[in-house]
Amino acid sequence: MSAALSPPTARLDAKCPGGPIEERWDKHRFDLKLVNPANKRKFHALVVGTGLAGASAAASLAELGYRVTVFCIQDSPRRAHSIAAQGGINAAKNYPNDGDSIYRLFYDTVKGGDFRARESNVYRLAQVSNHIIDQCVALGVPFAREYGGVLANRSFGGAQVSRTFYARGQTGQQLLLGAYSALMRHVGSGRVQLCARREMLDVVVVDGVARGVVCRNLVSGAYERYAGDAVLLCTGGYGNVFYLSTNAKACNVTAAWRAHKRGAFFANPCFTQIHPTCIPVSGAYQSKLTLMSESLRNDGRVWVPKQKDDARPPSAIPDEERDYFLERRYPSFGNLVPRDVASRAAKERCDAGYGVGRTKLAVYLDFRDALRRDGSAAIREKYGNLLQMYAKITAEDPYQVPMRIYPAVHYTMGGLWVDYNLESTLPGLFVLGEANFSDHGANRLGASALMQGLADGFFIVPYTLGGHFAGRKLAPVSADQKEFVASEQAARARTERILAVGGARTVDSFHRELGRTMWDLCGMARNAAGLAKAKTHVRALRAEFWENVRVPADGARLNQNLEHAGRVADFLEFAELMIDDATQRTESCGGHFREESQTDDGEARRDDEHFSFAAAWEHRGDGQPAALHKEPLTFEYVKPSQRSYQ
Amino acid sequence: MSAAAGHDAADSMRITLKVWRQEGPDRRGRMETYRLADVSPDMSFLEMLDVLNERLIAEGDDPVAFDHDCREGICGACSLVIDGQAHGPEALTTVCQLHMRRYSDGDTIHVEPWRANAFPVVKDLVVDRSAFDRIMAAGGFVATHAGAAQDANAILVPKPEADRAMDAAACIGCGACVAACPNASAMLFVAAKVAHLAQLPQGAPERERRALSMVHAMDAEGFGNCTNHFECMAACPKGISVENIARMNREFLRAALFERPTATAAEGG
Repeated sequence: MSAALSPPTARLDAKCPGGPIEERWDKHRFDLKLVNPANKRKFHALVVGTGLAGASAAASLAELGYRVTVFCIQDSPRRAHSIAAQGGINAAKNYPNDGDSIYRLFYDTVKGGDFRARESNVYRLAQVSNHIIDQCVALGVPFAREYGGVLANRSFGGAQVSRTFYARGQTGQQLLLGAYSALMRHVGSGRVQLCARREMLDVVVVDGVARGVVCRNLVSGAYERYAGDAVLLCTGGYGNVFYLSTNAKACNVTAAWRAHKRGAFFANPCFTQIHPTCIPVSGAYQSKLTLMSESLRNDGRVWVPKQKDDARPPSAIPDEERDYFLERRYPSFGNLVPRDVASRAAKERCDAGYGVGRTKLAVYLDFRDALRRDGSAAIREKYGNLLQMYAKITAEDPYQVPMRIYPAVHYTMGGLWVDYNLESTLPGLFVLGEANFSDHGANRLGASALMQGLADGFFIVPYTLGGHFAGRKLAPVSADQKEFVASEQAARARTERILAVGGARTVDSFHRELGRTMWDLCGMARNAAGLAKAKTHVRALRAEFWENVRVPADGARLNQNLEHAGRVADFLEFAELMIDDATQRTESCGGHFREESQTDDGEARRDDEHFSFAAAWEHRGDGQPAALHKEPLTFEYVKPSQRSYQ
Repeated sequence: MSAAAGHDAADSMRITLKVWRQEGPDRRGRMETYRLADVSPDMSFLEMLDVLNERLIAEGDDPVAFDHDCREGICGACSLVIDGQAHGPEALTTVCQLHMRRYSDGDTIHVEPWRANAFPVVKDLVVDRSAFDRIMAAGGFVATHAGAAQDANAILVPKPEADRAMDAAACIGCGACVAACPNASAMLFVAAKVAHLAQLPQGAPERERRALSMVHAMDAEGFGNCTNHFECMAACPKGISVENIARMNREFLRAALFERPTATAAEGG
């Protein structure tokens, strides 16, 4: 592929418009070429993934008149993992009259991302945030309301204004079902073709442009080729590289990774988010971790005993013997410090020997004071379903005893590099939502993932895709062309190779071992020696996988173990890129804590002089080191400062 | 409290599983017996199946296929009939949130897929629920488009109505209502969406067409009718009330009165 020959730094044009930041998106929309209404039906978009980004993009493109084919790996588009988001969605509506504005949401997001996001993108995100709420209400999303009928807001995840809209503890579910309903409307109208239980295994590149995909039909095992005029990857994040995460079991990096191998640069893969409020691990059989919305930190207080190995039940520990460590360390933000800060502080207490519970890898999240103040009815109204879920999993009643929580991998800020149009370095390949790297920098603020997914799908890609269709000469393409045949053969060969190994170890055992290595050595805190060790280990594990994995049965029917094997094989390749990225970034920033780079009081020390860039990695062939391209980040509006929540 | 959370080897249970195995839609199925010796009470039911599958793979057998994804009770993928009950013995609980502490050492547990003509078996415990998507495509939406919305607070919705709409909208589309119903009726699923949107001002302009289209689509998929057993509500992991079915019946009757031959769902596209 020609991309492998291009010199480093040559291909990262972010295409951000200039001028005052509040006018950039307007100007850009005007500059984008339009597709004549009568011609729209001639263009065909292939949308992979049906979470918030994919479903909203597919629906919006269909509304504009484009032909759309949409793919999902689940049995229904409604099951995409956006559905599990609990807490809420941000917008700069300023309905509570508490001082919010587009500029403040922009400012908070750039700062919260620890100055590793692109200002132009973040400003646009804040601008369209208000339209998202309007659109979702119009779709019938039953947001929480006040008695007068207006929308309710709450403060969330470290914000000092109440800008978060929510639907009980099921905001992601309700937003996804709204986007899904818009999508299904156009499945009904015939503008969208829906292909469920399909896994994308390759992007097909014709004359240097993404023109199709190869999928495996997960029920029949058949390989299917689809040709179109653009490919939109809306395939979520790669948190399952850690095996244990809050992601759904099917979340994977395969679509993004295969696109990467076809020329899309992968940006900031080491930027993963660790969420502070998850239910701790209970045993070796653990298959996933469950998030408790961080909205719980609005009313719950986080503490550990002041005394090491304190065996008393929490209720027997008087206040003066409790260390409310977030309130102690960060008096002005207290329990509402951003996720990365809260996570690191909890890990610090546990590492120092103050953890609670059987494993000592947990801290308390205590509702005692809120229950006394507001009563259990008020707490149930706000958090009922979350507390019920906690009680089910742990067999403990959080109304009686404090919850135990521990940080877990939750979201990945890294993803395929995209320009201002959300187009990757592979022309015609657009990347939306968590799958791209665009808006959250090194740390995502709470209630911002839903905002970004819907912003990309409803309000950004419908414009920028028109620029691609109208601005490029796209020759007619057919799924019978040689490029498609070759892509299918490559995908088929890879699957057959997995089936042919016939070794002794299960896919899951490889995945668990990979996850453990990544969590220990490339997780919340990393250092150079650990990363070197991780790299050696991952390489050895990958080699063993291809010699010793055992996948039963065949590929000619539903074979969930085979699906998992393909995803783990890709994670084993991707993990090495993640480690390389973590190794080169010797600064601490956001969710990425580099032990060599900390302040005297143990806070993360960012290094703007050397690391104010997005790291975009170019695949240069299997077995070859990936090439690092740097997109410099400049801050014209939000002056970089060391974050302080004290 | 940590005593309650912890367990030791003495807590481990022996469980006998009788699991429905079926290689494909056109193959005959059968119950297979598996014995597990070391089940932890803190495991979820699906984690127990994971342990079984790891063993089957190690022994060179085909693991048991079952749908699952989020494992936190919200995606609606998991779908097992356990000892005759959709989602198992606990109220308001999906299978993925059912824990083995519910069972005792020596128990025998029967595991089957959803049973309904409209949900054909794909393999083992996996069924095809795409009928639900087709019902949604027939009318389970508000026909608006990106860019058309007015300011969100221009639409006032009193809190009680918003709460009732949310109660109905909490449906996860798992299909337990169908699996639990002696008639394999999808009334609760359809009613939840009709009731959610009928109670909001945004859904009002299309309420007649929506009720008619969704009910017609439901009938066309081969689901049975409702004869008031209320098994659906008992099985529903999200506590969707049969009151929604009454509301849908009212919506349907009301719509039937106004039905005109030209009003088809296709116009909504």
